Amino acid sequence: MAEPRPVLEMTGIVKEFPGVRALSDVDFRLFPGEIHALMGENGAGKSTLIKVLTGVYSLDGGTITLDGRSVRIASPLQAQQAGISTVYQEVNLCPNLSVAENIFIGREPTRLGRIQWKQLRRRAAELVDRLGLDIDVSAPLSSYPLAVQQLVAIVRSLGTGDGEGPGTKVLVLDEPTSSLDRDEVLQLFALMRRLKDEGVAILFVSHFLDQIYEVCDRMTVLRNGTLVGEHMVRDLDQVGLVQLMLGKAMGQLDELHEHQLRSDVGETLLRADGLGRTGGIAPFDLEIKKGEVIGLAGLLGSGRTELARLLFGADQPDAGKVSIGGKQVSMSAPNDAIGAGVAFCSENRKSEGLVPDLTVRENIILALQASRGWTRPIPVSQRDELVAKYIKALDIRPANPEARVGQLSGGNQQKVLLARWLITQPKLLILDEPTRGIDIGAKAEIQKLVVSLSEDGMSVLYIAAELEEVLRLSHTIGVLRDRRLVAQIANGPEITTSRILETIASGEHQ
Amino acid sequence: MTTPSTTSSRWRALTRHHLFWPVAVLVLLLLVNVPFTPDFFSIKMADGHLYGSLVSIVLFGSPLILVAVGMTLVIATGGIDLSVGAVVAITGALACSYISDQSDQSALSGVLLAMGLGLLAAVVCGLWNGFLVARMGIQPIIATLIIMVAGRGVAQLITDGQIITINSSPYKLIGGGYWLTLPFSIFVVAAVVAVTVVLTRRTALGLLVEAVGGNAEASRLVGIRSRRIKIMVYMFCALCAGIAGLMISSNTSAADGNNAGLWIELDAILAVVIGGTSLLGGRFSVGGTVIGALVIQTLTTTIYTIGVPTQTNLVFKAAVVIAVCLMQSPKFRAKVFGARFGAKGSTTPAAAPADTAATEAAPKMEVS
Amino acid sequence: MSATTQSPTASDSRTPSKAARLLGDRRLPVAVTALLFLLMYLGGLTRYQFYGFAEPQVFLNLFIDNGYLLVAAVGVTFVILSGGIDLSVGSMIGFTTMFTAWLVERQGLPLLVVVPMALAVGALGGFLMGYVIHNFEIQPFIVTLAGLFLFRGLCLVISKESISIGDSSVSSMATAQVSLGMGFLSIGAIVSLVVLAVAFYVLHYTRFGRRVYAIGGNEQSAMLMGLPQGGTKIAVYTVSGFCSALAGLLFTLYIQSGDPLHATGMELDAIAAVVIGGTLLTGGSGYVLGTLFGVLVLGLIKSIIQFEGTLSSWWTKIATGVLLCAFILVQRFMTTRQKT
Repeated sequence: MAEPRPVLEMTGIVKEFPGVRALSDVDFRLFPGEIHALMGENGAGKSTLIKVLTGVYSLDGGTITLDGRSVRIASPLQAQQAGISTVYQEVNLCPNLSVAENIFIGREPTRLGRIQWKQLRRRAAELVDRLGLDIDVSAPLSSYPLAVQQLVAIVRSLGTGDGEGPGTKVLVLDEPTSSLDRDEVLQLFALMRRLKDEGVAILFVSHFLDQIYEVCDRMTVLRNGTLVGEHMVRDLDQVGLVQLMLGKAMGQLDELHEHQLRSDVGETLLRADGLGRTGGIAPFDLEIKKGEVIGLAGLLGSGRTELARLLFGADQPDAGKVSIGGKQVSMSAPNDAIGAGVAFCSENRKSEGLVPDLTVRENIILALQASRGWTRPIPVSQRDELVAKYIKALDIRPANPEARVGQLSGGNQQKVLLARWLITQPKLLILDEPTRGIDIGAKAEIQKLVVSLSEDGMSVLYIAAELEEVLRLSHTIGVLRDRRLVAQIANGPEITTSRILETIASGEHQ
Repeated sequence: MTTPSTTSSRWRALTRHHLFWPVAVLVLLLLVNVPFTPDFFSIKMADGHLYGSLVSIVLFGSPLILVAVGMTLVIATGGIDLSVGAVVAITGALACSYISDQSDQSALSGVLLAMGLGLLAAVVCGLWNGFLVARMGIQPIIATLIIMVAGRGVAQLITDGQIITINSSPYKLIGGGYWLTLPFSIFVVAAVVAVTVVLTRRTALGLLVEAVGGNAEASRLVGIRSRRIKIMVYMFCALCAGIAGLMISSNTSAADGNNAGLWIELDAILAVVIGGTSLLGGRFSVGGTVIGALVIQTLTTTIYTIGVPTQTNLVFKAAVVIAVCLMQSPKFRAKVFGARFGAKGSTTPAAAPADTAATEAAPKMEVS
Repeated sequence: MSATTQSPTASDSRTPSKAARLLGDRRLPVAVTALLFLLMYLGGLTRYQFYGFAEPQVFLNLFIDNGYLLVAAVGVTFVILSGGIDLSVGSMIGFTTMFTAWLVERQGLPLLVVVPMALAVGALGGFLMGYVIHNFEIQPFIVTLAGLFLFRGLCLVISKESISIGDSSVSSMATAQVSLGMGFLSIGAIVSLVVLAVAFYVLHYTRFGRRVYAIGGNEQSAMLMGLPQGGTKIAVYTVSGFCSALAGLLFTLYIQSGDPLHATGMELDAIAAVVIGGTLLTGGSGYVLGTLFGVLVLGLIKSIIQFEGTLSSWWTKIATGVLLCAFILVQRFMTTRQKT
């Protein structure tokens, strides 16, 4: 059977940012009536490609052909007018307005400036009906769960069907399922399939492998800003996909990693029983021993961060219990965890870690000071000594405690965060992607630090996107997949990245 | 441009100091007075009291300084307190009505009790505000609006709608008396400012307040009990307003539920902003606020001495508010100075204070 | 044909339960306020039935005595619906009374010229504030605070003393009564009701009105949905400035003088009326009809206190504060419930 003509063709796409080539020579095509998955890890270029397609970024090279005609997309509005609609993870609608209004606002049917409410509602109801959705269009949007709001956003993006614009040919769904439960995902898929049957080409981004295999026909895999391949979903199994995404083939790159880790981990420090949170991570059991490094492996969005946040009380668990040092801890707020000796460096340094207006010194002593309360300031001499010690030990640059933390480089900011928690001498240190976005030198230093901390008896929960990093540092590797802790593997000479890959892909460990 | 580079770098360091522009504006405003009142800076001694324009500026500015200092901490946590004017009225009303009920209005114990009563009421108001903001999670503007509306009614209820006049010499001391040749209220202000500075900089309170205002989520994840801190700060702000209320009612020997402390919340917010504390929270400067309050008081005095009708005071104030805010707006700076920075170096006093913010916030300008 | 592709559990989650929908209904706060008004009115009827409370004119006087507040509150409703706040209302009203009195009495201009001038000045003032708020991204609170200072200051610049208006056309307009059979309304009351009706139409039947709700609901989304959110914001403050000036004219008519201290703090009354009328202070939800009931409740408190005789006027402020507090807390619970 001859292949039909693609509705969208992007060829030789190049996008550069100062110092980074985010996309180099990427080809991408989309056929009418298909659901196409765009796959890749952090920094692979997924979101850049989508932003080029939807006119958020201008492209630095390559061509975009829509319906056989070469197009220039300079703004989101132009993309919309050309027939490319986008629905993002956060619903960009007004929750206080009715469903019908959200679909029509800005293009309400009017007569002499007066909005024709009856007509508006009738047409909204028709649109919703045609797509097989059971939504009362006169109810306020906020009375519906997020999933339905997502659907309404899709309905809005499809246009009003009254001849304004060419109608949607390409629908981009950027991680719409991240916070939906199973039933809600099914509703969304039902709508996607219906639109597919109507000939709409859908570009679908999701971190859930099972969802990709459930609903998609074809997929394009990116890695480090380049095209790795385009495959029919039925031709590529999950192990193969994960290998493509992470860039490892089985058996390759399996050089023996050195075990510099101390072998004698101590007694149990933390035990989590059935700990979980709806919409975050499924209940899991976990045991962390004294001096043990536990690495978490899994794809982006697999629940690594969610697990770590539960152990710190950053999110409140709705199931299970945690005990630290034999004592049960309520974990209703970070304070509970901190009191029990847990420290947490968030992956979002800027928004969840640093106070950018304050100095390096103030940022470093913040955690210790918070635990002492405001009435017992750390004595000046002791404070300066501590800060100087950690600036030196971690080689924070500039080595000026008065510098504003907001002006430091990413690697140095990460070190400030580390110093902040090390000063409190925690029993368990949780590091969520501590090496992301920092230079190689700083990366190696942080990894070395983890090893020496473990030797000193501190337990570390280490999250990193790179499997080698996890494998090199951890005594035990926890594997996550689709918001579930699927395996805990004791590290050893026989454990290789391919074994981990297999577990991530299949969700089982033999 | 012939100045040696060391001097210019020292000059730069000086202009970058966070108190430079507020102080510069204050000095400029003071100097403006000299041609109109040649003996503006002279201080005379009469009856064992010091008199002079500078003394009266501090004296009349005392209540504003007090309120503004409390407001600084609230604003540093990212909040705002609109209820201080009402708290001023309530405190004054309560203290004066208690004193007026005494048979001997000058009895020290009665006066102290009256003051304690007034300040207690103020702290309760602050506790209520803090409760609404920190526990109930209501926006600070809205939460403090409640006492702003109801508070004056309560004050009038206490005074029974009358202006209660009292005749109590110990009470008169706080706002109208002299001690060691200086107005007593200057000592009160100095004490409160000193206590505030010690409380915030000698303990960790200042650091924690700045952390909460600078990044609320990071503060939560670092284990700061921000609720307690917020409640405390609102209570402290109300306490400062309470002391100001005592001072105002003492100065006039009367409690006026309707007019005491009217609009002082707005002046106080203005003083904080002039002092260089951002309305978005984070870094604060108590010293800057004191100078900001003095700027406002000097402005009032200046308008009076240069012979402009006093009623234009408010128009000037409006101009200052607008100028300060425009200068703090990155968008405005980008529009006005972006292309031709330096071509029209604005050195008007009103425009000046925010220039420190201009250099500090420079990275943000790329947003627009 | 609907729901054919959905599993039954899925469609369950779609239809909120009846109770939830009733509680989530945005008209509920208005109904509560209306009910409150009714109860207060009935309470007044039973308590003061021998003092003439039952006279229809007592009810109509609520409109006559609070017409200016209603107009100002309608303007504030626009601002609050859009997620902003306007503190300059009281000053603008005061300024308009001075401006009008000064032009009519001191400059001898005819009312027909003065009225459009006053309205234009009000609208311009609002426009400028909106322009600064939108273009320079300064908090509305601060900008309108500057407006508060400016217009109160301008009052005092015109004159420190109050100016009473002796113009015959003004006094004849002020005393004119429009008979309704059972009683009468003043011209001011009629104008305020017309303003209310126009505001209702604009908010619910024009694209502009819906944009006001949209940017109040989520400004970021409104922008991403392609709505001209900047123009809408500026327009909202212009409307509020215009309404304040109109309220100032009605106030002048009501009180027949200009005074630099007229309407001091009336912005608080207006904001309180809007909130008590069920409009969310965070924006995006509320009705002008609610604002009407909010104003009526505040007016009724004043009337009842008058009828009571022994109660003093400050109880109005306390009662207003208590109601404000109650409604803010209720709003808080409603919004948290919706989020979860």
